[in-house]
Amino acid sequence: MKARVYVTLKTGVLDPQGQAVARALGRLGFSEVKDARIGKFIEMQLSDDVKDVDGHIKQMCEKLLANTVIEEYRYEIVK
Amino acid sequence: MNIAVVRFPGSNCDDDAFHVVGRVMGQPARFAWHKESSIGDAEAVILPGGFSYGDYLRAGAMAANSPIMGAVKAFAEKGGPVLAICNGYQIACEAGLLDGALTRNASLHFECRDVHLLVEGKPTPWTRAIPAGRILRVPIAHAEGRFVHPNVDALEKEGRVVFRYVDPTGGQSEGANPNGSVASIAGTCNARGNVVGLMPHPERASEALLGSDDGRMLFASLLAEMGRRV
Repeated sequence: MKARVYVTLKTGVLDPQGQAVARALGRLGFSEVKDARIGKFIEMQLSDDVKDVDGHIKQMCEKLLANTVIEEYRYEIVK
Repeated sequence: MNIAVVRFPGSNCDDDAFHVVGRVMGQPARFAWHKESSIGDAEAVILPGGFSYGDYLRAGAMAANSPIMGAVKAFAEKGGPVLAICNGYQIACEAGLLDGALTRNASLHFECRDVHLLVEGKPTPWTRAIPAGRILRVPIAHAEGRFVHPNVDALEKEGRVVFRYVDPTGGQSEGANPNGSVASIAGTCNARGNVVGLMPHPERASEALLGSDDGRMLFASLLAEMGRRV
């Protein structure tokens, strides 16, 4: 199975990369872009016999994939 | 005193730290490789700057989980002095040795220049011998040094802001804050004060030949502290 993890900056944490992208899109004529936030997408191939897949993915996020001081995460499992 | 300089793959200020401790301060120093699980008989530990593990995922995230960090954490829990510089500061925050996080500079630039630091906060082994209110000129070189903390007020009240970016006369201003850190914070310590982290590089400003030897005061402070303890 696959797990797809999305790591994003918490609301309120300044995202200068996102701001730069939003400005660049504006310069390209996309005046509808009010804001952009940049995050990370991590796709993992997992063995099918994991017992507590939710628990494990949460641990992976807490221990390494996200820094919960500034980031939050969500994930989906694709069988 | 024996000082261990931790070396991760991608560290690049390890030799500088080793040079200052060994040659400038005349103390026995050794490198501790990231795969080691002990720091031996070290009496102080330095986490140096660089780009450990290529800064993959987040600066310091991989290094924080390396075998040597278990030993560094145990050493810090016993009150051992730890100085975390630049990437070392990022590693210390990722490892939970210090609170807060360091993320991309508000300017989006890699900021590489001299800054002025006001030394303040509670006494630590690395700052105790520096006169209160002293301003140090040391260089920075980082892209991800913007300090973020969920409760800055508590940090301030506990005296855990140890270094703050200021202008040459000691005033706080947006222009003196090179990366957009909250409250112009450049360095912090843990609750006990034995673990100190900062983004600027004192080891690059420890000899007059290099333009400033203000950074030497951190290492001299450690030696004074150890003398005091003996």
